[in-house]
Amino acid sequence: MFKYRDEGTAKRILAAIEDMGIESKFMHVCGTHQDTIVRFGLEEMLGDAGITIQQGPGCPVCVTTSKEIADAITLADNGVTITAFGDMMRVPTSIGSLFDAKSRGADVRIVYSVEDAVKMAAEQSKPLVFVAVGFETTAPSTAVPLRKELPANFSIYSCHRVCPPVLKTVFDMGETKVNGLIMPGHVAVITGYECFRPFSVMYDMPQVVAGFEPLDILMSCYMLTKQRFEERAEVENEYTRLVKPDGNPVARQLMDEAFELVDRAWRGFPTIPKSALALKEEHAAHDACRVHADILATTPDVEEEAKGCRCGEVLRGIMKSEDCPLFGTACRPADPKGPCMVSDEGSCNIAYKFRKV
Amino acid sequence: MCLAVPGKILRIEGDTAEIDFGGVIRKANVTMVEAEVGKWAVIHAGFAIEIMDEEEARETLKLWNEFLSSEGTTFN
Ligand code: SF4
Repeated sequence: MFKYRDEGTAKRILAAIEDMGIESKFMHVCGTHQDTIVRFGLEEMLGDAGITIQQGPGCPVCVTTSKEIADAITLADNGVTITAFGDMMRVPTSIGSLFDAKSRGADVRIVYSVEDAVKMAAEQSKPLVFVAVGFETTAPSTAVPLRKELPANFSIYSCHRVCPPVLKTVFDMGETKVNGLIMPGHVAVITGYECFRPFSVMYDMPQVVAGFEPLDILMSCYMLTKQRFEERAEVENEYTRLVKPDGNPVARQLMDEAFELVDRAWRGFPTIPKSALALKEEHAAHDACRVHADILATTPDVEEEAKGCRCGEVLRGIMKSEDCPLFGTACRPADPKGPCMVSDEGSCNIAYKFRKV
Repeated sequence: MCLAVPGKILRIEGDTAEIDFGGVIRKANVTMVEAEVGKWAVIHAGFAIEIMDEEEARETLKLWNEFLSSEGTTFN
């Protein structure tokens, strides 16, 4: 019932786009959208209908800075158990990856959810840190355990980031000209879409919240083109089966209780004001940045990008993965040079996985 | 990372529910949603983030097709 893949409908949508006769470039900011687009060959179909698609800064692991990963590695090297989602493990930095730390004996573990990490902490006395990565989709879940009594040795290193400020930065930098935005459906599930409305007003930008099936993407491209055709710039919702205008208030309440907005650098970007989530003062006892401040003060300086890696430009939406000189040669999923080749949501990884050979 | 998959709620016990992902059963935390047995929840990193509107899901495709034909798109 949730598989939106009917070919007839796809053709109708594409024909309807073509009928309007407008060429457009649309940006999306979600690795899961990129996966659908590449996996189902939508790029080519949409290209024939005059639509170009560009991925922006939509991979949480990819936008996490080398500095943050170096912090996690340093904690691991100093006897702290590090738990993180699998995608984080192989991201390379100039001091190696979390996996490298593991192979030299550090205690580094993959977890599926924050609750796994809490359970592990309860079973040991040594300190354990959960490296929390993700946008608004993920941040509320990290907040859930903070409502309860937590093991004293458990803390969170928050790399959580929020979506609207980076979009504003992309538009303000003006490096990439886009005619519309395919909004991340699983962010909007939490935030709702009212918070994105200012972009339509300020930048005359059509926006459509989109789901993750092939027809969702095609339909959102149709809705965006239609807005341009009718000279409108609004926020519309294609993913009505899941996303409500005001999102999920319970989840947002959880985020408000746990986090406050702070300025932070993103990979490929300068420091973006109020773009990341740090634990509030009242959770200081479980904030790894406070609890382990002494260890974190010893994190060595790392280079933000490996030599030749163009992840920054890929994330800013000004370069395609395939155009990176290292793509598929010096940089492959088995030997990644940047996070965009590691994460399942990184556009280099997706491009490599579905490349034509 | 923002990958989230729908599964059917089989059983609820406190904050936790058993979710059926097409035959594979996993537990998920349902604090953030109004969980009900038989409903579809969308799960991300071990947490249900929203309940899927089944009626809406069924109607959407029908509406799109009707709408596209009314637009005069005859291609099929
Ligand atoms: S192909 Fe590799 S080196 Fe090039 S931008 Fe992507 S991750 Fe970086």
